[in-house]
Amino acid sequence: MRDVAVVAFAQSRHTRTSEETSEVEMLMPVLHDALGQVGLTTSEIDFTCSGSCDYLAGRAFSFTMALDGVGAWPPISESHVETDGAWALYEAWVKILTGEAETALVYSYGKSSPGELRDVLSRQLDPYYVAPLWPDSVSLAALQAQALIDAGHTDERRLAGIAARSRGSAQDNPHAQLASSPPTAELLTADYVVQPLRRHDCPPVGDGAAAVVLAAGDTARRLCPHPAWIRGMDHRTEPHGLGVRDLTDSPSTRLAAERAGAFDAPVDTAELHAPFTSQEVVLRKALRLGDEVDVNPSGGALAANPVMAAGLIRIGEAAACIHRGASRRALAHATSGPCLQQNLVAVLEGDR
Amino acid sequence: MVKEPVAVVGIGQTKHVAARRDVSIAGLVREAAVRALDDAQLTWADIDAVVIGKAPDFFEGVMMPELYLADALGAVGKPMLRVHTAGSVGGSTALVACNLVAARVHRTVLTLAFEKQSESNAMWGLSLPIPFQQPLLAGAGGFFAPHVRAYMRRSGAPDTIGSLVAYKDRRNALKNPYAHLHEKDITLEKVQSSPMLWDPIRYSETCPSSDGACAMVLTDAVGARRAPRRPAWVLGGAMRSEPTMFAGKDYVSPRAGKECAADVFLQSGITDPRREIDAVEMYVPFSWYEPMWLENLGFAAEGEGWKLTESGVTEIGGDLPVNPSGGVLSTNPIGASGMIRFAEAAMQVRGQAGEHQVDGARRALGHAYGGGSQFFSMWVVGAERPTS
Repeated sequence: MRDVAVVAFAQSRHTRTSEETSEVEMLMPVLHDALGQVGLTTSEIDFTCSGSCDYLAGRAFSFTMALDGVGAWPPISESHVETDGAWALYEAWVKILTGEAETALVYSYGKSSPGELRDVLSRQLDPYYVAPLWPDSVSLAALQAQALIDAGHTDERRLAGIAARSRGSAQDNPHAQLASSPPTAELLTADYVVQPLRRHDCPPVGDGAAAVVLAAGDTARRLCPHPAWIRGMDHRTEPHGLGVRDLTDSPSTRLAAERAGAFDAPVDTAELHAPFTSQEVVLRKALRLGDEVDVNPSGGALAANPVMAAGLIRIGEAAACIHRGASRRALAHATSGPCLQQNLVAVLEGDR
Repeated sequence: MVKEPVAVVGIGQTKHVAARRDVSIAGLVREAAVRALDDAQLTWADIDAVVIGKAPDFFEGVMMPELYLADALGAVGKPMLRVHTAGSVGGSTALVACNLVAARVHRTVLTLAFEKQSESNAMWGLSLPIPFQQPLLAGAGGFFAPHVRAYMRRSGAPDTIGSLVAYKDRRNALKNPYAHLHEKDITLEKVQSSPMLWDPIRYSETCPSSDGACAMVLTDAVGARRAPRRPAWVLGGAMRSEPTMFAGKDYVSPRAGKECAADVFLQSGITDPRREIDAVEMYVPFSWYEPMWLENLGFAAEGEGWKLTESGVTEIGGDLPVNPSGGVLSTNPIGASGMIRFAEAAMQVRGQAGEHQVDGARRALGHAYGGGSQFFSMWVVGAERPTS
């Protein structure tokens, strides 16, 4: 397998609302940041791939406007996935593996602020039997959290601990939307949003964008002093029907991790795309992450969850840890769909 | 680095119709997938990954429907990737699947594209709200008609060329059991007297709105050796994009289309596409796009494409048959239309096209485009395994 590395990562400052800026305006500075880090222009990139979703934008073909902002002239080799940008990065990685590209620009963005995100996400569900009931994303996550508590895998106090730890970590992350938390005991006095989830168990709703530059072999070494090499990457899907899944486990994450080589050697850092505190419990178990692993040093999706970009940001944050020498081997995870239906795992390493 | 050769060993389509009220979205996609598996004589267990494409989710009102379709497509426990590149998506989806095999990430991949347009109204789905688009643009026809007019002015083509394309494609569709429109009593006069929708585009020169799905099984060299039927080999594949609008954009013959075609022919070792390509399945949603794309793709010099159409070169019996399947003008489940072009090209070189088979087709082009004439995806498939 060809050596491919993350050589640059940039993200917006994630905010509750970005009414004053269009998607393109939100994205442009992030693209310029990522390309600027490696001194490349759009026309020097061999392949471009993006991830976004029309249902957030509220209009068909919303990604075409973003492409206008990229400056696809002269014409570029380009593709788009209608999901989190982590899958765009996967497509770009495969493109580089074929040998058809040396470099790739990956970006994604999402504005959750124009709509009621909980309800918008319910449109992902089976359109005949489930979506007509409008089960919202927080309620479904609450089902999963209750299943975990009933099975004895966690309790409300430990979930609050995850929230406090994540937002505490985010104090060092200038891009985070939520970067502080009251202590656990105080969190537990709040009312439920949907039992057993309180406000602190849920991700902030917000708008944001992210971009990553990938490069192969010597090109990566030339562009970046400490490339974050992708040692393996895989993604897997679970059944859509929540009733046929064990919501306390994530076999798809475990399988993707196996295929990505995550269990071949210990990781020191993990960036998990767990929008709800309870989902970190599921992912830690599936990925066999012990207390010695630094989980979500960025604060994770509990600190900023720009939908469609939050998964790509996990890969970017894991790579950034390697770029700055804070990690030697890191795991990054991204998810899509209700209650962690689809999961992607990437293993990144610095030069040995 | 030597890429793994990629072979098409299974192809399946649904019978395309205006409304498949008898099946759910899951039922529709599964029908095409099962037919592709049957053609390859493989089972779900033989599939390593699923790559699915469709055009805007608003067409069915389901956000990221691949999540809901995971079970129907046997994707549980497997990677499933969703592609969306506007109208070119069917082609792009096939190319993304192709790369998974070419990079040796997976050995056998199911790729599928669909649209169930009866769930909504595609024309209004494509009409963006103000301020994204000026009022009264009304659907894709409203966007493309001025560019057709520009082509007519630029090339001096007679007004009748569009109707010749429609008449040909609708007759070709009569030979294709999967085509949506089967207008047994079609005449050139009927096409020419049909109502004017978006001047100069008449009703019979526009694509229908269809429910349909198309699936292919792609595999590596080992998989191809085991295949029960002759495979189609992927000789080249490329995608190109350019912005929707900017000063200097040529809507009649976009540079992204020219460069995409040049790339795919270079990969395939083709220097004279007019002579070396035996059949073309190109994305012609409005009749006039046949001569326009003939020029854009390099089959004719600028301003000369309409002459190929007029002289019958693009008929099934001509020396450059275009859309022997009946094309998008006869069948248009938008998200699937690009993949149907790619699949029909593969069917031609496999000798699998039945009544609309082009005699002795050895190399065929599949072409798709989308957005404001800005997204292009193409592949060339051949009967012989590529040498390099």
